[in-house]
Amino acid sequence: MNESTTLAVSAEGLVKRFGDFNAVDGIDLEVRRGEVFGVLGPNGAGKTTTLSMLATLLPLDGGRASIFGVDVASSPHQIRQLVGVTGQYASVDENLTATENLYLFGRLLGLGKPRARATAVDLLERFGLEEAATRQIKNFSGGMRRRLDLAASLIAQPPLIFLDEPTTGLDPRTRGQMWDTIRELVANGSTILLTTQYLDEADQLADRIAVIDRGRKVAEGTSDQLKSSVGKSTLHVRLEERDLTASAATIVERVLGETPLLTPEAGGLNIALPDPNRAADVLIALREASLSIATATVRQPTLDEVFLVLTGHHSESEDSTDAEQEVA
Amino acid sequence: MTTQTLLPDAATRTVESRPLSVRPSLQETVTQTFAMAWRALKKMRRNPEQFFDVTLQPILFTAMFAYVFGGAVSGSVADYLPLMIPGILAQTALTACMATGTQMREDMDKGVFDRFKSLPIARIAPLAGPMMADLLRYGIAATITIAVGLAMGYSPGGGFFGVLAGWLLTIVAGWSLAWIFAWLGTVARSAQAVQGIGMMIMFPLTFLSNAYVPAGTMPDWLQAFVNINPVSHVVTAVRDLMNDGDVTGQVGWALVACAIVVAIFAPLAVRSYSRKM
Repeated sequence: MNESTTLAVSAEGLVKRFGDFNAVDGIDLEVRRGEVFGVLGPNGAGKTTTLSMLATLLPLDGGRASIFGVDVASSPHQIRQLVGVTGQYASVDENLTATENLYLFGRLLGLGKPRARATAVDLLERFGLEEAATRQIKNFSGGMRRRLDLAASLIAQPPLIFLDEPTTGLDPRTRGQMWDTIRELVANGSTILLTTQYLDEADQLADRIAVIDRGRKVAEGTSDQLKSSVGKSTLHVRLEERDLTASAATIVERVLGETPLLTPEAGGLNIALPDPNRAADVLIALREASLSIATATVRQPTLDEVFLVLTGHHSESEDSTDAEQEVA
Repeated sequence: MTTQTLLPDAATRTVESRPLSVRPSLQETVTQTFAMAWRALKKMRRNPEQFFDVTLQPILFTAMFAYVFGGAVSGSVADYLPLMIPGILAQTALTACMATGTQMREDMDKGVFDRFKSLPIARIAPLAGPMMADLLRYGIAATITIAVGLAMGYSPGGGFFGVLAGWLLTIVAGWSLAWIFAWLGTVARSAQAVQGIGMMIMFPLTFLSNAYVPAGTMPDWLQAFVNINPVSHVVTAVRDLMNDGDVTGQVGWALVACAIVVAIFAPLAVRSYSRKM
């Protein structure tokens, strides 16, 4: 078996242009069989566009891509038999019930009527949707829609599953359920290509992660590799006296050996910590220098910080208040 | 849900053992079209307002046109009915197929169309399915128009079979012309745009034809257009069938005109549908 057939997805220099704007600007991706590959990036980074090109929903404007060795541009019909797509906005029919949706997709995929009906019942049960079976999708909650959407992608038992932001907009509990469902798919040997804006989601699910920004890949690696690039956790400090920020930065650099980043609001410092225990060292050093601290928080690095480090600019999505933990 | 029951064979089956078809077969295309038609019928049943244009409108138009134009064009309402009913049939079919286009556009803006596009199905199925389901709408529209005509005193000389043939031809014409609007639906930016452009197509096609007045009263240059307008051929053919019970050459021309419209616009619609988004 040569290398091109062992890879589930192999893409080189993907380009998608919308007018003058390059939504995807030369992205390479390699997804191995049986792994969960995460594409991480803020809104508008080109994640969905990349996935849409690989799923034959959008034509390629440049580069080449193959899935299990089948060329995406020249053999779209074969690609569609290999990939199950779960969209960012649940792509199920609002006017039909859950059962009718699954029956319809089953029929479209060539199942006979009894088989399509049985598959619908079966999948609804597996996804815990049986009470909602005869309800129209309009009346479904966001989480139920996503689960139905995922169920619909599994009818043909595709070897590769695309999940486009599977938990965006879901509440934390439903999000956890969705993660469990995805983990079960992985345990069964499916290959998954997942996009997300959440670092913790990529962390929870993906074996390897590509970080993309403005249509380009800015980093790739395991979640540990990415996190170590921004430190295990971050100490955020805001000083009483804004003018002293620069001297505080010098002290931090002396203690940790690395320059801290200035935060968007004045008088703030984001300090990447190789070890959360070093937070105390920094705080003690600041007190010894008689710098008065307004607030101090230790938290997991946020996507915003990963971005700041990797790209030098802030991500558009402002979800940086998650998982904060007051220490001082 | 347990790990054991979810996708039992996904792990054991290799990708290479999966037979991949190169293109959907004709039989698959037909099954998929029927599945999409089933979906469209389910939708119609849940949104009965989709039937207004094929129920209330034929009643209103038939009565309105007969009483307003009847005396002026043919001297009396009764004399006007044989001329007008086939015209109204054509207009109702056109209005109904305009709705086909707007609904197609609305439908394509929904998330489920992304899934249809991602499935290994014939590209024509998501378009042909609703088109097939809409045959029901044309059928209802044609039936109601004829029924209202009969109630107003229309006595078709072609008898039952003449009327049946006219009814069938109306449906065939509606279905064929609907491909124009389906194509519009795939290229226009919004459902409103389809509606607007559709009106601009529908009005000249119906009024610059022999649907409501004999073409002989029009200026020559206009007659030239009226004579090549496919709607005129359909109207004349329906008149021949319903009023005289004759299968004339006009019936053949009407069918040829319909076939030409389908041959041009069905591939255009499928092509722009596949490219869209």
